[in-house]
This record gives sequence, structure tokens and C-alpha cells, in this order.
Amino acid sequence: MTPLEFTLITFGISLAAGVLGSLLGLGGGIIVVPALTLLLGIDIRFAIGASIISIIATSCGAAAAYVRGQMANLRVAMLLEMATAAGAVSGAYVAGRINSVFLYIIFGLVLAYSALAMFRKRHEHIGDPAPPDPLATRLRLHSVFYDRAARKEIVYQVTHTRLALGVMYVAGVLSGLLGIGSGILKVPAMDIAMHLPIKVSTATSTFMIGVTGAASAGVYFARGEIDPFIAGPVAAGVVLGATAGSHLLGRLQNRHIRIVFVVILLWTSLQMLRKGWSGL
Amino acid sequence: MSDAPQPPPAQDAANDKFRQMELWISTVLRIGVGVSLFLVLGGTILSFIHHPDYVTSRTELSQLVGPEADFPHSLPAVAKGMWNLQGRAFVAAGLLALIATPVMRVLVSIISFVYQRDRAYVAITTIVLALLLFSFLVGKTQ
Repeated sequence: MTPLEFTLITFGISLAAGVLGSLLGLGGGIIVVPALTLLLGIDIRFAIGASIISIIATSCGAAAAYVRGQMANLRVAMLLEMATAAGAVSGAYVAGRINSVFLYIIFGLVLAYSALAMFRKRHEHIGDPAPPDPLATRLRLHSVFYDRAARKEIVYQVTHTRLALGVMYVAGVLSGLLGIGSGILKVPAMDIAMHLPIKVSTATSTFMIGVTGAASAGVYFARGEIDPFIAGPVAAGVVLGATAGSHLLGRLQNRHIRIVFVVILLWTSLQMLRKGWSGL
Repeated sequence: MSDAPQPPPAQDAANDKFRQMELWISTVLRIGVGVSLFLVLGGTILSFIHHPDYVTSRTELSQLVGPEADFPHSLPAVAKGMWNLQGRAFVAAGLLALIATPVMRVLVSIISFVYQRDRAYVAITTIVLALLLFSFLVGKTQ
């Protein structure tokens, strides 16, 4: 393969990863890492370095439109970021002292449960009245957004704020320890616990993952694991894909977003359980 | 972004200020992405101009993306490479601009919450920034 061919193929794959990531609130690592390692034969260190760049690129590319269009709930994002960041710091602190085999199994089971819970919500209408949560009211988390597919404004209330903060802390610990799961746990926490509309959950997750990625990106860069020849086309492709995706989200049906997310949850859950099982 | 939905009518000045913050954050993200994209694309084009054989050679790739690949990965090295008009140094600078964008976004939100006199969220966003900087320092010493 010539360097030009490599650049163009990587750019094309990243374009797709950016669209999918921005719609589902994920960083795109689920596409970028296997594509680089299995398809293009890149060393896993460089693939992970590029996927960290992909996370930030997804977030920055899509979030401008999500914030402007009020799809992402800024207050929810900032509150939960605090919990995830705290979790990530503690995760890094205990790394190496915990058996990762059991972590993979726990993570896999949590994802499987999330998939089931999110699937069961598929017939619920968005904007279903949730029991008012005094903490959410005090922090002014309730909000409104315009759903282009439904052609109406959706007023929504946020609930179980404390539970979500706890879940996000654990999500942060896990991602600090395993280097995965920045978006895949954020969306279920907002969807299942806080009762946010699915589009608001994925848009808010997209907005948040940039900070999660930036926290570790500096280190990867300094360690020389972000190769510009690989991460460059990834950044350009993902940014453009995510920008395109961010204009698409409003028009999609809630059910479709939910089903695709559940499939990816199940897939990742199986991967984690397999990793844990083979290490036992 | 003409297809962005219109915000609900502002009820009071507080809503206006919050909307203002959303627009600021959106602008910061757009500038960061724009600068990054410009440097990455420009650097890539520069690399291909300096090395026309990248278009045809099938032996070069392993030196660029293999485990022994050589590229700048510190601020002085990136600056020096840019001074020498090295394409990969411009790409690396674009990646650094991308990494800095979320940090700038958190900074802008702290400033806007101060401006909105929203103490709870000033505290929340400041903690986020502190944890972000802390995780960076912790990672660096590891």
C-alpha cells in the first residue's frame, strides 16, 4: 500500500466513524481501532492513540451544532463531567491494584443490563412525566429541545440525579482503568436513570466525551503514541463526519437511534465478557 | 447552520445569558475545529509535496506508520519542525489544537457562569477543570 492510499482509506473509514459516533454519543473507537489494527495492520499503541484523537474529534465536530441547536443539555453535561472526571482520576490511581479480568466481566454485565433496559424503553414516548427530582430542579436541569423528526418542542424533566452521578463516577473509574467506555456508559445513564430523551442523551454524551478524551490525550501525545501520519487523516475524517452527523440527528426517529445503540451495547458487552472469560 | 432549530423565546435576562454562553461555547468549538482542520490538511498536503514518492512507493509506508516511525511528540519538537516547514509537524500542531479545544471550552463555561452569577455551576465547572489538569499531571508522572 502506498502512503497516499493509506491516507485516503483511513480518511474514508474515519468519515463513517464520525457520522456514527456523533449520532450515538460514542467516540468512534469501536470502528477506528479494529479498522486500523485488523484491516491496515497498525500497531495497537498507535491505533489507541488515534482513537483518543477520534473521541475528541467526534465531540468537537458535532458539539458546536448540538449546543447551538440546544440538543445537548449543558447543565447536565457539566454536572456529570464532574463525576466522570473524578472517577477517571480515582481509576488511574487504583490502576494495577485491581484484577482487570473481573473488571471486564463486571463491565460486560453492566452493558448487557443497559442493553436490556434501553430496549425495554423502546415503546415509551419521550416527554413521559417523570417524578420531579428536587436536586435536578435546584440545579435547573429540566429543559426543552426542538425535535425535527416529531416537528415539535419536547419539554423534558430530569430525575434520579444522584443515581446518575454515582453511575457516572463508576463509569469514570472503569474508563480510567480499562481505557474504554467513554460514551457507551454515559448514554445509558442519561437514558435509563435520568429519563432524558434519547437524542438529548446522545448529543449530551457527544458534547461530554471531548473532555474525557482530552484528559488522556496529552499523555498519549507526550509518550509518542499519536502518530501524525495515522491520527491526521483520522482527525480530519472524524471531524467532517461528525459535523455532517450532527445535522442528521434531529431528523432521525428515536426508535432507530435506540435500536442501533442497543445492538452496539450488546456487541461491546460480548467483547468484554469474552476478554474477561479468556483471562480467567 | 441555518437549519439549527430556533431557541424557545427567552423568558428573562438569565435565559438570555445562558443562550449567550451556548453561542460562545459553540463558537469556541468551531474555531478549535477550524484551526485544527486547517493545520492537519495543510500539513498533509505539505508532506506529499515534499515527498512525491508517497504517491507511488509501496515501501515508504512502514517507516511512517510502523513501530519505528519517527515524528515530533513534544512542544519544542513540533515548533522546530514547523519552523523547518515539516508537514508532519503541522499535522501534529493541528492535533494539539484539537486536544486543547475541550479544555478551552471548559474555561469559557467557567467564565460564562461567573458572568451569570451562577455559583453552583462556577464551582462545578471549576472542579471539572481542576480534575482535568490533575489527570494530566498524574498521567505525565506515570
